[in-house]
Amino acid sequence: MTRQQVLDLYFLDARHKLIEIAAFLDRAERATGKEDFRLKSFRAALTKLDGKKRHKAKAVLLAFSDPTMEPVAKAASKGASGAYHPQISLIGADKPHFKPARRKSA
Amino acid sequence: MKYIEPHAHMVSRTTDDYERMALAGCAAVCEPAFWAGFDRSSPAGFYDYFRQLTEHEPKRAAKFGIQHFSWLCINSKEAEDVKLAEEVIALVPQFLDSPNVLGIGEIGLNKNSRNELRVLEMQVELAAKFNQLILVHTPHLEDKLKGTRLILDVLKNDKRIRPERVIIDHVEEHTVEMVLDCGMWAGMTLYPETKCTPARAIDILETYGSENIWMNSACDWGVSDPLAVPRTALEMKKRGHLAKAIEQVIFQNPKKFLGQSPNFKLGK
Repeated sequence: MTRQQVLDLYFLDARHKLIEIAAFLDRAERATGKEDFRLKSFRAALTKLDGKKRHKAKAVLLAFSDPTMEPVAKAASKGASGAYHPQISLIGADKPHFKPARRKSA
Repeated sequence: MKYIEPHAHMVSRTTDDYERMALAGCAAVCEPAFWAGFDRSSPAGFYDYFRQLTEHEPKRAAKFGIQHFSWLCINSKEAEDVKLAEEVIALVPQFLDSPNVLGIGEIGLNKNSRNELRVLEMQVELAAKFNQLILVHTPHLEDKLKGTRLILDVLKNDKRIRPERVIIDHVEEHTVEMVLDCGMWAGMTLYPETKCTPARAIDILETYGSENIWMNSACDWGVSDPLAVPRTALEMKKRGHLAKAIEQVIFQNPKKFLGQSPNFKLGK
């Protein structure tokens, strides 16, 4: 596809998703209470969109990923939060203020 | 357009879904054993599930002219209990002679724990012993990168396992290259929120080529789309991919990989 064709096919959809991200950040920032590691991780991933480097989707996925290689001692939960946190990964357990969504097994 | 759905959990879907898939051109559906959304309390629960996959579900699919194939194993979400896993694995061989069984799957990791890894190795051993194809589930979200690396290490270290007889499923942009570089097949799952969208799946095809890659819906009991494969074929058409290239990905590729099992015979 030409760049023009890509824009014709996907620009409005991408614009819509970008505004959703902006609105999500506005929502999280005006909410009360402490934020957790997920928002920090989200902001770090956003920086991967900047600039002309290629493979931005891969860079964002890597930013959210557990970079370690040691198996955890025990799988105390089945869910994933979407963002890596060393302590949660190590103990595999829920934090008092954070409960991983029960993601399913597809 | 004729297509193969190489990964769908039809026990969780309605009969209407079979009809819609048939209308969309589905020739065959392949169903790996997976987590039912709750933990089963005994090996007997798995025995019944394996009967459902090998006896009942093929009949349901046949009513709509769709061939049904299955994969058997204990899934990684129920693999923390090693004793249970051993008992379930011991049940599998008696089902391997069923005419619709393609291999061992979907084995893999979920939270990348030591016990999950041990059970994965036990099931790789089972596949090697009975010369079965392997279908691998990779973990979700932040756990996928690490899990994929650990799984590839296990498979590469077992010299009995031929990489071309293994498919690593649920790849995304950060894991697809390492899978293909090992000579294994890669599966892209078209699943809302947690996996690939049709647009991203086609991006991956355009970036890494369409050899040794398939697409699946992995539709199950969660929010998912049993028509995700034909929907992605339509998206490929919108992008200007030729009919032959689309057919390659949605029909010929799964046929080539699955055809390595003597049980995968498509009707005329």
